Amino acid sequence: MVTLLNTVEDKFAREACRAHGDQADELLEILHDVQHEKGHLSDSALRTIAQALNISRAEIHGVVSFYHDYKREPGAKLTLHICRAEACKAVGADTLITEAETLLDVKLDEGGAEVALAAAYCLGNCALGPAIMVNDKLYGRVDRAKINAITAKHMAQIS
Amino acid sequence: MSVKIYIPRDSAALSVGAYDVAEEIKAQGGNDVEIIATGSRGMLWLEPLVEVETDAGRVAYGPVQPEDVKSLFDAGFLNGGDHKLSHGLTEVIPYFAKQDRLTFARVGVIDRLSLADYEVHGGLKGLKKALSMPPESIVEEVLESGLRGRGGAGFPTGIKWKTAHAQTSEQKYICANADEGDSGTFADRMLMEGDPFSLIEGMIIGGRAIGAETGYVYIRSEYPHAIRVMRRAVKAMEDAGWLGQNIGGSDTHFDLHIRVGAGAYICGEESSMLESIEGKRGQVKVKPPIPAISGLFNKPTIVNNVLTLATVPFILSEGAKTYADYGQGRSRGTQPFQLAGDVAQGGLIEMAFGVTIDEIVNEFGGGTRSGRPVKAVQIGGPLGGYLTPGQFETSLGYESLAEAGGMIGHGGIVVYNDTTSMMKMARYAMEFCELESCGKCTPCRIGSVRGKETLDKIAAGEDVAANLDVLEDLCDLMEEASLCAMGGLTPMPVRTAMKAFPEEFTGPLEKAAE
Ligand SMILES: Cc1cc2nc3c(=O)[nH]c(=O)nc-3n(C[C@H](O)[C@H](O)[C@H](O)COP(=O)(O)O)c2cc1C
Ligand code: SF4
Ligand code: FES
Repeated sequence: MVTLLNTVEDKFAREACRAHGDQADELLEILHDVQHEKGHLSDSALRTIAQALNISRAEIHGVVSFYHDYKREPGAKLTLHICRAEACKAVGADTLITEAETLLDVKLDEGGAEVALAAAYCLGNCALGPAIMVNDKLYGRVDRAKINAITAKHMAQIS
Repeated sequence: MSVKIYIPRDSAALSVGAYDVAEEIKAQGGNDVEIIATGSRGMLWLEPLVEVETDAGRVAYGPVQPEDVKSLFDAGFLNGGDHKLSHGLTEVIPYFAKQDRLTFARVGVIDRLSLADYEVHGGLKGLKKALSMPPESIVEEVLESGLRGRGGAGFPTGIKWKTAHAQTSEQKYICANADEGDSGTFADRMLMEGDPFSLIEGMIIGGRAIGAETGYVYIRSEYPHAIRVMRRAVKAMEDAGWLGQNIGGSDTHFDLHIRVGAGAYICGEESSMLESIEGKRGQVKVKPPIPAISGLFNKPTIVNNVLTLATVPFILSEGAKTYADYGQGRSRGTQPFQLAGDVAQGGLIEMAFGVTIDEIVNEFGGGTRSGRPVKAVQIGGPLGGYLTPGQFETSLGYESLAEAGGMIGHGGIVVYNDTTSMMKMARYAMEFCELESCGKCTPCRIGSVRGKETLDKIAAGEDVAANLDVLEDLCDLMEEASLCAMGGLTPMPVRTAMKAFPEEFTGPLEKAAE
């Protein structure tokens, strides 16, 4: 059974490679595409990509593990990326992170089934901090109440 | 005739509700209003800033929330009517009027994705001029302008271009560094979201100057909105024949690709970025060879910051001398400063080099947002030094700041109030280095971990004097033996914090706070 699974091609990953001309230098883009669609990078997806681009699986693992963005396991339904870099610290990001942990009942960077809280290192919204990003949407001047409202809004969109 | 209303589609403005405001104005204004999506003027504390076109010029209202829209209509804002959110004519607001807007001349002014609007406001003038010039003359012009890299290192752009130009390779590349990983900075993002064509124009000019027909823009993944805008801008330039073969009927060809990073600060370092564009781990490479001789795919490659490249069209269209007339000493031209942190009026301030820290923080910034006293500012991103109010008369230039023990970096200035623990900030600098080290060299990879642990010991009051010595040695080692500035400059925030606030590095935090 295991051997059989090993040979199963991940259709989406195969298509993603094709869309990038099976070019090895487009690996990061391909990984982004697959993760965007599937939420994480599965073994079969990585195997398929390695084969399509004609690179070793060791190489692809090296790349995936180097970059913070890539996830090997399925994540929470919703992830709040909260900035803990300097300009946001200067306006209370550390306190906000503690509050958000309590509010959402999760720990920073420790995952979660429904909602997860992930540290970000500058989101380019430093004059309007504290900043968070959820599903590519940026928020500024965030406080406890806003975290509540933003989470509720995005969760409602999912279910 | 409908009234033109300008509303930013800049992600900072959107982050505080600009989209909902635009929708509300559309809903209430109907056919009376025409909404134009611009970048942000950079007065970020006023966002969402709505501007109405009147005979006298654009009138600014901000910060506007959807619930303010009705009262704006009632006050006759379509004719520039008075309202508690009105700031009068945008261009005479002192924060804006005092600036030297060269690189950011069009940001917040034009419809960011309209090539027609771009041309009306001086766009493509530099490129058209460059297409009629031999490549050597373009390089010469950039050299004469005194333009230096805005990505952090401040290397003279003209010299870099001259080196790449001199290579005989058939294949060369030009890459825009839009990784903008420095915390406290957002100018690249604002430029790409507010005037994307200027970056593309600068890259085509650079391509012609050095003989590169392919370019890449490497954008960090934290900037999804900028990525979308840049992709649309590339498409628009292709459709109009400003990218591709025989640009503007000339013998210049240029193709541009957008590449997205994957969350690694080190990929802002140029050799790491080039590895990343090749689809590899972003590990830093030993120099030489420098990229201008052997870079992307081992071909001669120019890597320049977004701001550096977006300034090139101005230099070509208005002349090197006009640009070089701004600035002080060997810091020529202007720098888009980014003011952030605990500051009342944060935003983008483009000024000629030579402006003082005090002018930026207190005159433009208006002091802290919290109302508390300023304790320190950090200039130049996470690897930059801390400076205290006693040093605020220092002028902002590459040399003057280096003399004061800091660096200008990418132009970010973060303000901290008196409640800040400098011990915690120093520890964070080490922690950040640990997190983002590419792992290639020991002083950076291991030194950062030891640095963090040593600071923890000092904070706990363990053998303070001995551990301070350990920390000093560690900083020396990191500075001297790191391959790149990640490890090499991490000691800068640590040491400047310790030097300015020695009393915070003497034992338990509670005691130090007393
Ligand atoms: C750790 C590290 C991070 C860097 N990050 C950036 C960055 O985010 N953006 C940038 O333009 N340059 C960054 N640089 C500087 C680049 O290596 C390079 O000097 C620059 O892109 C060259 O362009 P310029 O001459 O126009 O500044 C970084 C350097 C180091 C050592
Ligand atoms: S100093 Fe740090 S980031 Fe730079 S090459 Fe060495 S390990 Fe990599
Ligand atoms: S430091 Fe938080 S958004 Fe830049």
